Amino acid sequence: MSSLAQKKGVGAVIWDYMTTVDHKKIAILYLISGGFFFLIGGVEALLIRIQLMKAGNDFLSAGLYNEIITMHGTTMIFLASMPILLGFMNAIMPLQIGARDVAFPFLNSLGFWLFFFGGIFLNLSWFMGGAPDAGWTNYASLALASEGHGIDFYALGLTISGFGTLIGGINFLVTIINMRAPGMTYMRMPLFTWTTFVASALILLAFPPLTVGLFFMVFDRMFGANFFVVEMGGNTIIWEHLFWIFGHPEVYILILPAFGIFSEIFAIFSRKRLFGYTALVFATILIGFYGFMVWAHHMFTVGLGPTANAIFALATMIIAVPTGIKIFNWLLTIWGGSIKFSVPMVYAVAFIPSFVAGGVTGVMQAIAPLDYQLHDSYFIVAHFHYVIVGGVVLAILAGTHLYWPKMFGTMLSEKLGHITFWTFFIGFHMTFFIQHFLGLLGMPRRVYTFGADQGWDLFNAISSAGAAFMAIGVIVMLINIVITTVKNVRVGNDPWEDGRTLEWAIPSPPPFYNFAQTPLVRGLDTYWIEKMEGNKKGMVYAEPVGDIHMPNGSILPLIMSFGMFVASFGALYFQDDSKPWTLAVLIIGLAILFGAMLARSLKDDLGFYIKKEDLIEDAKRGGNTDGSK
Amino acid sequence: MDLNKRYTAQSWPDHPETATLEGKNKFVGFWLLLAAETITFASLFATYLALRDRGPSGMEFSSSGLFELPLVFAMTMILLTSSLTSVYAIHHMKNHNFKAMQAWLGITVLLGLTFLGLEIYEFNHYVHLGFGYTNSAFSAAFYTLVGTHGAHVLFGLCWFIALMVRNSKRGLNMYNAPKFYLAALYWHFIDVVWVFIFTVVYLMGAIS
Repeated sequence: MSSLAQKKGVGAVIWDYMTTVDHKKIAILYLISGGFFFLIGGVEALLIRIQLMKAGNDFLSAGLYNEIITMHGTTMIFLASMPILLGFMNAIMPLQIGARDVAFPFLNSLGFWLFFFGGIFLNLSWFMGGAPDAGWTNYASLALASEGHGIDFYALGLTISGFGTLIGGINFLVTIINMRAPGMTYMRMPLFTWTTFVASALILLAFPPLTVGLFFMVFDRMFGANFFVVEMGGNTIIWEHLFWIFGHPEVYILILPAFGIFSEIFAIFSRKRLFGYTALVFATILIGFYGFMVWAHHMFTVGLGPTANAIFALATMIIAVPTGIKIFNWLLTIWGGSIKFSVPMVYAVAFIPSFVAGGVTGVMQAIAPLDYQLHDSYFIVAHFHYVIVGGVVLAILAGTHLYWPKMFGTMLSEKLGHITFWTFFIGFHMTFFIQHFLGLLGMPRRVYTFGADQGWDLFNAISSAGAAFMAIGVIVMLINIVITTVKNVRVGNDPWEDGRTLEWAIPSPPPFYNFAQTPLVRGLDTYWIEKMEGNKKGMVYAEPVGDIHMPNGSILPLIMSFGMFVASFGALYFQDDSKPWTLAVLIIGLAILFGAMLARSLKDDLGFYIKKEDLIEDAKRGGNTDGSK
Repeated sequence: MDLNKRYTAQSWPDHPETATLEGKNKFVGFWLLLAAETITFASLFATYLALRDRGPSGMEFSSSGLFELPLVFAMTMILLTSSLTSVYAIHHMKNHNFKAMQAWLGITVLLGLTFLGLEIYEFNHYVHLGFGYTNSAFSAAFYTLVGTHGAHVLFGLCWFIALMVRNSKRGLNMYNAPKFYLAALYWHFIDVVWVFIFTVVYLMGAIS
């Protein structure tokens, strides 16, 4: 038996995941924790809909309702959607470019643990005196007046997880720039890799303004600064600018990887090369570029003046052009294809009309005068749920089905998958379509109840019923996952049979070194080319079998993140006179953080080599080991 | 990577910082990090410009009267010189002259420490004038912008010292050459930010 394959106990597996620097395991960690937060955010959504089910409902108090809407938005954006997408990026992108790992495996692990501790910190607010209650946008004038520590949990928790995301973004950028296999030119990269690239660039440039804004919030609330305190000369609009300079690119950070997943699905299940690959790539870059020019369309009613509003309105409308290019490219990819309606493809086809509906209402809101009417109404709620759920969440569900076999080596049930799709899809439109009309009828967002005489009862009841359908869909999906895992029917390299890109050329799940030999990429859809030419070996290789250099695992990322977690408690209670220990906790936490950084810096970490003989033996057994050393 | 491999000035590559894949990754990744840092400081500058001279009614401080320009000029010259000495250090790193590199890094650290000491003195002076962190939006924006820069200087100094101490016995190799290079790159970035602080905060403050 080779040294690569070892049976391990539960404790050893947990320790392995705590110290892993393998991008595929980190992807699983992202998927599990992101999925966990997705369920929490989903329960919060259900509570909101139960409260709004009928007029004058007293299921939730007004204060608790504010906490729940705030945490629902924050959780879904920062702790569910983004981590799950980062999970797919981690799992798939290195495989698609023929790399053995990401550029900075250690930082990859650090990014995950920072996100994880940030998310835990934020959610601890529920048990430690109340959650944030100023909305996920946390406008300063409201947030500074909020009592208790909820807002402090928000500011510190998002700071921690934001660092993690930033690190992840840099890591993916460097991986794509430096570690593509021979022959993998930029214009041969699969669309999912391209969207990962552009989304990572957006992360790189969009997260610093958020971090700065959050720091201002922390200093104002916990250390007595006056950035947003008007009577001390501060200005609350600064928060809005910083938040939306981050916040609008954030929308594209979410939707671009979703576009990438759907692009892969359209090509695979239409069994056709993507129509207009080049146009799709440039549309992706353009969307990323324009994403930074439009933030003030969230602030039309602030009073920036007609000139600013007109400029931002025009810039916003321009974004519809590259997005439209993408829609038509997808449609023309399906056109004339040999279509197979597997679960991922059903999601992809349903995504197009749903997302277009969200896009059209987006262009409506770009018209500044009309936005004065729509602002802060349920029309806005309907719009952004159409793009986020109709785009991002459908992509996450589709991507889970598509990449499950590659990540876990088993195939989710098609039958249950279709049930999930139909219940979720019907529930989604039922919940949010009608909210457009609630908005037009004048129902404002973020109110905890409404009167029976306002005529909003029926539409709200329908909306709440739709939410139940979505919940059923998600529950069926969880059942599907459990059944699939218990049955444990293993699949081969290319379970969808029509895989086009490199990740489908290797075993499912891939061995921890991904590629025993680095492949040679001979064109776009490189694996498809080999299949069409009848290559029995799978791929053409760029190197003979030889020793492979791999990075060592490390517990330090977890310790560093824990240090920030501890320090945050010190900062959180800093202004409470009853707690004299805060400064000590702050210093201890930072000492843990910087101590671990110093240890990382001083201790050489050269990695290890997998011997050629082990690789050959491994290949004989199908290359399906998960051993780490 | 073999740490025991011995290099001479002849066998040492022209660009040791990017001679390995790890080095290349660090090089690109660090430039990207500097892009993020640039946005961070841009946000801080924008906030400072929006909140400059803003405070509670009757605030006696303004950017035209508060700052000690001669002191700040001396700090600027010291930091600019330290950037030059770090260039010398990297020049010797590329020539595989470890001792000269350590010497120039030592001078860089001394200059950086002097700068930091003067900055602490400067802040202390302003606080004694009554310009405390919590007194106004102006003071918060000023101390946060300049203080964030100061924190970067402190971090850069710790980084230099850690590298110098860690490698003092074993000299240069392919593993630590990129680290020295990046620390110097970081130091240049800090210097560029200071040039902007000197211009936007101090000089533009004096003529406003």
